[in-house]
Amino acid sequence: MEDQQRRDLRFARLLKLPMYLWTIVFVFVALLYVIGLSFLSRGEVVGVTGEVTLSNYARLASPDYLKVLLQSLKLAALTTLICIVVGYPFGYLMARLNPMARSVVMLLIIVPFWTNALIRIYGWRILFLANGPLNTLLLSLGLIKEPLKLLYTDGAVLLGMVYALIPFMILPTFTTVDKLDFSVVEAARDLGASPLYAFFTVTVPLTLAGLMAGCVLVFIPSMGLFFLNDLLGGSKSVLAGGLIQQLINSRDLPMAAALSVLLLAVTGAVIAVYRKLGGSGDMSMF
Amino acid sequence: MKKHSVGSLLFISLVLVIMYLPIIVVVVYSFNANTARIPIAFTGWTTAWYGKLFTGRNGFGGALMLSLRVALWSVGISCAIGTLGAVGMAQRVVGQKYGWFDPIMESLVSLPIMIPEIILGLAFMVIFNALGLRSNDMRLVLAHTTFCIPYVFLNVKSRLVGMDPALFDAARDLGASPARVVRDITLPLCRPAIVSGAFLALAMSLDDFVISFFVYGAGEGTLPIKIYSSVKVGVSPQVNALCTLMMGAVFIAVALSRYITSVRAARKKRLQTRVGG
Repeated sequence: MEDQQRRDLRFARLLKLPMYLWTIVFVFVALLYVIGLSFLSRGEVVGVTGEVTLSNYARLASPDYLKVLLQSLKLAALTTLICIVVGYPFGYLMARLNPMARSVVMLLIIVPFWTNALIRIYGWRILFLANGPLNTLLLSLGLIKEPLKLLYTDGAVLLGMVYALIPFMILPTFTTVDKLDFSVVEAARDLGASPLYAFFTVTVPLTLAGLMAGCVLVFIPSMGLFFLNDLLGGSKSVLAGGLIQQLINSRDLPMAAALSVLLLAVTGAVIAVYRKLGGSGDMSMF
Repeated sequence: MKKHSVGSLLFISLVLVIMYLPIIVVVVYSFNANTARIPIAFTGWTTAWYGKLFTGRNGFGGALMLSLRVALWSVGISCAIGTLGAVGMAQRVVGQKYGWFDPIMESLVSLPIMIPEIILGLAFMVIFNALGLRSNDMRLVLAHTTFCIPYVFLNVKSRLVGMDPALFDAARDLGASPARVVRDITLPLCRPAIVSGAFLALAMSLDDFVISFFVYGAGEGTLPIKIYSSVKVGVSPQVNALCTLMMGAVFIAVALSRYITSVRAARKKRLQTRVGG
């Protein structure tokens, strides 16, 4: 018996070996390499020098970088907030539809979810062009006298962020509202709670898991979507992701690494808060 | 269930209209006959852009082939590694303590799909450059495999969690070797999870832009990279046609998979009623 157990364990270890090796090399070592790189300084022309320094992190605290970081965090928070305000009611109402309507809406939500964000954002780019369909329509209706500047504005970037990420809020809220036992809400109503009071004191707390998962799934990617800047925003509003890309382009790899480490730390903090508040670790339900 | 209020239906419709507005614009413009450099005015209907999609100097044929090649390799490798890993992790002898190493590894395995993609993109870029790895195919396959493994691993893991361990113990007690248990019992039972994990990984690999963008060296790139570089400067009617085809493919795939799931569920329900459950 003892012998069989030992054999089983040895076999299990063998099965895990390829995945563990792959993960150690391409995740653990890769991230360590980035962290190490962030403490080096940039070479004269290209590459890095062997000198260990904290100057990259000192630069992160300089007003220029701080401004971008705060702006990036603010935009991510605003995106998450709008996704909550629009996505949560949507997921809720969708779960309350009759089965037929529900499967149609579900299909209509899942298709954008699976479609490349790049393609979907590109559609907005066409719409927003100075002589594009939206301006043409508004002009011909006589609502505006001259074309509005829609593209390359902060509003366009915000819209793009919400647009790209809102399915990640709708789907988890839908799943939790769908599982909710509505007799609990009816009980609250029977006991005299107004619909709104019952909603905020019973429904929302019971579906908080989906709402929180949605917030994490929206907030984390929203800090790194660098291509949104290129397609919808001017160079004016630089996001953390866009800044990393610019630093890579200008060959300042140690600084790009330092910014990535900071992004990693923010991500870790968000996930830690999420776990602390009781969220399950498994956010890969789709 | 109470009747839907007009307000809620209106809200749902409004959100859906906004969601589909840019998609419809892309589809309509893919049939635009305007041949100006930045073709904005709609001058008539044509299907010419679809004909020029994969041929010619600016065709997308090469990018499509690269995307498919990378996706198939990455899905193949990640399926093997992720499935075996999940099976190995699930095998635990009764009474054995859960060490510190396995839980850490488990969170590390799923890390690639939890952190912003740009971090992994940068990491792969600097590592591959440091190693002097030049082949674009190799760079892309290594990077894609890394973020495909979690999808397969998590899918198979959650399937294994719901399984009765007595099944494996019985096979073992009847004299099967550990390898035979995996081959004849575990893997067949996990097949649906492996298949759905593989499709998820395939979709993620074909869809990936951020990581590929940083890992990829010189050339026209994968499909998303080529789309990005063609729309960054302006509007490309060929990209409109390509995007329309891609969204059509996604629509058909999603509708089909939902249809199959509902048919299966209905069949299962019928079987259960017949058995009298």
